[in-house]
Amino acid sequence: MIHFVLLISRQGKVRLTKWYSPYAQKERTKVIRELSGLILTRGPKLCNFVEWRGFKVVYRRYASLYFCMCIDAADNELEVLEIIHHFVEILDRYFGSVCELDLIFNFHKAYYILDEILIAGELQESSKKIVARLIAAQDSLVEAAKEEASSISNMIAQATK
Amino acid sequence: MSSQGGWGQSKDFLDLVKSIGEARSKAEEDRIILRELEALRRRIAEPDVPRRRMKEYITRLVYAEMLGHDASFGYIHAVKMTHDNALPLKRTGYLAVTLFLSEDHDLIILIVNTIQKDLRSDNYLVVCAALTAVCKLITEDTIPAVLPLVVDLLAHRKEAVRKKAVMALHRFYQRSPASVTHLLPNFRKTLCDNDPGVMGATLCPLFDLITADANSYKDLLVSFVRILKQVAERNLPKTYDYHQMPAPFILIKLLKILALLGSGDKQASEHIYNVLGDIIRKCEPSSNIYNAVLYECICCISSIYPNAKLLEAAAEATSKFLKSDSHNLKYMGIDTLGRLIKISPDIAEEHQLAVIDCLEDPDDTLKRKTFELLYKMTKSTNVEVIVDHTIDYMININDNHYKTEIASRCVELAEQFAPTNQWFIQTMNKVFEHGGDLVNVRVAHNLMRLIAQGFSEDEEGADSQLRSSAVDSYICILGDPKLPSLFLQVICWVLGEYGTVDGKYSASYIMGKLCDVTEAHLCDDTVKAYAISAIMKICAFEIAAGRKVEILPECQSLIHELSASHSTDLQQRAYELQALLCLDCRTVESVMPLDASCEVLEVDKNLSFLNDFIQESIEKGSSPYIPESERPGMSSVSNFRRQNEASSHMLRFEAYGLPKPSPAHLIPQVSVSTSTSNLVPVTEASYYRESSQASKVPSVTDASSADLGTKLRLDGVQRKWGWPTYSSSGQSSTSSTNGVSHVDGVSAQSRDTLYDSRRQQSEVSAEKQKLAASLFGASSGKTVKRATSTHRATKGNTGNAERMAVSTAINPETSTEKAAPPPDLLDLSDDAAPTSTPTADPFQHLQVLIGATPVDNTVKAVGLESPNLMAFYTDIPSGSRKTTSTIHSAVPSIKKAPLQNDETARRVCVNPTGNNPNLFRDLLG
Repeated sequence: MIHFVLLISRQGKVRLTKWYSPYAQKERTKVIRELSGLILTRGPKLCNFVEWRGFKVVYRRYASLYFCMCIDAADNELEVLEIIHHFVEILDRYFGSVCELDLIFNFHKAYYILDEILIAGELQESSKKIVARLIAAQDSLVEAAKEEASSISNMIAQATK
Repeated sequence: MSSQGGWGQSKDFLDLVKSIGEARSKAEEDRIILRELEALRRRIAEPDVPRRRMKEYITRLVYAEMLGHDASFGYIHAVKMTHDNALPLKRTGYLAVTLFLSEDHDLIILIVNTIQKDLRSDNYLVVCAALTAVCKLITEDTIPAVLPLVVDLLAHRKEAVRKKAVMALHRFYQRSPASVTHLLPNFRKTLCDNDPGVMGATLCPLFDLITADANSYKDLLVSFVRILKQVAERNLPKTYDYHQMPAPFILIKLLKILALLGSGDKQASEHIYNVLGDIIRKCEPSSNIYNAVLYECICCISSIYPNAKLLEAAAEATSKFLKSDSHNLKYMGIDTLGRLIKISPDIAEEHQLAVIDCLEDPDDTLKRKTFELLYKMTKSTNVEVIVDHTIDYMININDNHYKTEIASRCVELAEQFAPTNQWFIQTMNKVFEHGGDLVNVRVAHNLMRLIAQGFSEDEEGADSQLRSSAVDSYICILGDPKLPSLFLQVICWVLGEYGTVDGKYSASYIMGKLCDVTEAHLCDDTVKAYAISAIMKICAFEIAAGRKVEILPECQSLIHELSASHSTDLQQRAYELQALLCLDCRTVESVMPLDASCEVLEVDKNLSFLNDFIQESIEKGSSPYIPESERPGMSSVSNFRRQNEASSHMLRFEAYGLPKPSPAHLIPQVSVSTSTSNLVPVTEASYYRESSQASKVPSVTDASSADLGTKLRLDGVQRKWGWPTYSSSGQSSTSSTNGVSHVDGVSAQSRDTLYDSRRQQSEVSAEKQKLAASLFGASSGKTVKRATSTHRATKGNTGNAERMAVSTAINPETSTEKAAPPPDLLDLSDDAAPTSTPTADPFQHLQVLIGATPVDNTVKAVGLESPNLMAFYTDIPSGSRKTTSTIHSAVPSIKKAPLQNDETARRVCVNPTGNNPNLFRDLLG
């Protein structure tokens, strides 16, 4: 099971956090500090895994961003490495060549996408196409709502003129 | 900049994110966020915030919370937002609450109603959003509220909903297995779902269920194998392919399940062999995902009933991993080697040098994994090398969690395979010295117990030798000013019990040492307590032996000081010691018998020795004791409490029915566990009304329902973003990853060369060969010889390696006796031990055959030197201890439970009279 997902920039700034196991706010800060100390200092040729508090943290670096997932000691690290990549590929498709800025300004979108891939710490969907389709369906409703809102305000504006 | 401007956020928000992005330090970032939170707190509380604006506020709160700040003032607004009818707002609300609320948060109860409503929605996207929230927010208490709805969704027309419903049920199972046990057959049904996504999701709960109880799912084995075959033969839709591999994530999950089902079951395993072989053959060694599947195959092979052909394939794959340049693969190789070694021990030999390379690798992760492997392959021939290396490594670790673990591993190995007592004690000393207070308390208690009970039942001589060598080494060590508290406790205890036993040290010498300990550790009450108890024991032994006890002046002042201590425990110990000194020899002997820590204490729970006293009192007119449960006043109180508890545990989640005239119906009939939907048919109208009343918030629903009428459907209208950018994604992803490697290129190269040169060096080094030989020695006779000879040259002090070689030559038959550790030792290794080594260790068998165990002739010889002492042990009278329970309880009762702290043991057993020294003296006469 995946206990949490962290996205940390190379400078140790938090870009995204998702906790599937209960951690108190204080503990979260501590975990992030501890892990960024562990992971950001590792050289490029070393393993993508770190043992930590009896768990394993699998991380992968994309440009300036580190994607980390914490898993149980018995889980398959290589698989989790691919789950990270799977997530990144979907982000990439969605944003069109994703970069750190996309994730910074649209972190809520990233959350929605993550929610379609992982649920309760398990991989729920391994097909990129299906995830993309679901996200698109949700977004189209958002767009619809936006159009509606602006048109109403237009109407009001015109009516009050 | 489409990604920044086009998403409809306000300038404020963009500015916030930007300023955070430009913040130079954590402090600056904190300042910005705090200012932002202050502003939000004001704005969010304003009346009539437009909903769109509110949505953005909440998004900003999420951002603040993500950066580690407290945004709890906004939680209620996020909860309100989930009530909204418009999907985008609802989604934002759900996203925020799943991120904000912890599992036990009070606000969750306000969302349950909304979730119920949304699960019934005819818009599948609303249902999906609700199900995602269900997985995060619904706890054991609230499961009954949504369970029937979720079960209904298993038959939803949309596969996305079915999939999420399965995952939600899985979550329920994790949280409270009892609540969903009647629904388990549903998983069998969803396993046959048409949609591969739903089938794949079902594997998650099934994996958990099979982990818990494999036998009830053996019938599914054939289906799993069939699915596996279909997946491997690319019968799933193309969209599930990942890097040219057919549905690898599903494949891996299936392999995990098969490994569980086939474990130790020959018949079941035979079904699996073919398809496993197929998968291994079909995979093309090109990508990482292939290796992930291959790794899972090896795990499966090592778990199921062994098959020679597959094992061969697994060994081949393992050696490929180990020989790879990638650290990840090496890591996996070490892991699989550890698995395979259990089945065919000789496989390790081939890879010795690779393993040693990993052991000396600069990568700490790899190193740790290798130590884990060493731990798995430890036997009595290599225990010294392995434990020495492990302790050396342990000294330099900063990570407390891991240090604790590795310390307990060392202890376990030492207990199991220790070649000599001397070595054992020294190893334990090292572990305590370097592990400090991180060592598990149980380890210390185990050590005390071990010293008290000895390794073997029949050899008293060896035991007493163990004890005196422990005493010797502790006396030496005591000079060190920086001993951890736990270790000092052990030392004090051992010195108290056995310090004077062999007559080498005088009582006053030991007592002086103990006084020094208390002086050096002024603030540690536990150590003081151990020390004063030890002094008491030594005094008792002296008095019992008929010698006069001289209390040193520093000891006297210690007693004086402790009898005025803040700690009542220390006070009591001091008073007890003083009382003891005034007693005569015979009483002391029965109060504090020598070496009785292993005797079983019989505690008279009924306090029958007080019967006479009670009888007397009753005759004098006292009223008899009435148990609490029979007292008239008490019973009603406790009953009341019980009722209260029962009702507070049950929550009603179904909406109340319409008010009816008959009052009988108003009494709540709480039966939540049965399906709520058939309980009270609630009309939709009443339901709405109740929802707005129940959650006492200014009704948002009214406003939004007004909107409903005018809502525009603009599904077909041109989208502003999204699709057009898709086409180029493939190339750009590669380019961005390429960019990474390019940036790292320089340093990577330099590292590479460095690493290579180091590697070449090490290949030649004899040092490494030697290490390999001493680790893997037993399996290849040739290397053993080399190992021992070189070992002696470099490590002159151990001498153990020498003996190893000698003993193999001389007496192989005695080694068989020693080979298996005494069974009670295994019992001692407590439950907390992280990985319990199997009792039937294949290595032991192997090593019995080879006869390579070192035998300690010296131990026996030395043990015989003190036969008179042994007589001393057996002569101790063990009767008449029952009556004097007060003092005796200070001696930890060892055989019974995990050794308790002296302190706690005392607290449990001590009579209420304990803190009154006069009465205490009266009792003992």
